Amino acid sequence: MLKQASRLLSRSVAAASAKSATTRAFSTELPSTLDSTFVEAWKKVAPNMEPPQTPSAFMKPRPSTPSSIPTKLTVNFVLPYTSELTGKEVDMVIIPASTGQMGVLPGHVPTIAELKPGIMSVHEGTDVKKYFLSSGFAFLHANSVADIIAVEAVPLDHIDPSQVQKGLAEFQQKLASATTDLEKAEAQIGVEVHSAINAALSG
Amino acid sequence: MASNAAVPFWRAAGMTYISYSNICANIVRNCLKEPHKAEALTREKVHFSLSKWADGKPQKPVLRSDTPEA
Repeated sequence: MLKQASRLLSRSVAAASAKSATTRAFSTELPSTLDSTFVEAWKKVAPNMEPPQTPSAFMKPRPSTPSSIPTKLTVNFVLPYTSELTGKEVDMVIIPASTGQMGVLPGHVPTIAELKPGIMSVHEGTDVKKYFLSSGFAFLHANSVADIIAVEAVPLDHIDPSQVQKGLAEFQQKLASATTDLEKAEAQIGVEVHSAINAALSG
Repeated sequence: MASNAAVPFWRAAGMTYISYSNICANIVRNCLKEPHKAEALTREKVHFSLSKWADGKPQKPVLRSDTPEA
């Protein structure tokens, strides 16, 4: 009986893979119902046992990609200690990705972007709110939801320019006098972040 | 084995992303104006006790705390 079950299993798997070899859907996009031929074959062989469930049956289905591009982008901007924006509908967000400033509009291609220290601006009509982010990630989903996470985010007027200059000079000096690779890396990070803050304050 | 992608300088120096991110956050916090700076520095405080185990028994714990002992 077990030998028959494995034969039936392999037959149904082979059939499934043969017909969908070129156009494979992602497992999270398939409906979370079991293949009916498999279930029937299972019931014939083991009528008293429940057919096994696959992991996708336990997962919540992915939010569907709307067929027309939504007019607004939903932004969730979180920090470790607070949720700055939750489900806020905006027109555009410009994030400081490591590859440069990236403008995100509704209907943006799904992307995971690593952020570098820089300014993030949230555009809602004529309203623009800017934050300086220390670093983080941005997850842009197919349904025009943007999840932006950062460790520290401060509005630009909370920054003290004299501290920034002092810090920059200090880290440049540390970079010059650094010995180990790790010290050099730390000093380099300091110089980069301070320069980014300077650029943010002046630009 | 040569690396395929260009690694960031901090990873080449042996630092992990989380250390890099925490250092960036510390730098930003230090550049704030008062009173925001005082608030931010409270977020930097850590308080933990770490003990290594040997032969199934915990060794002397190491306590790291930035909060003043009440």
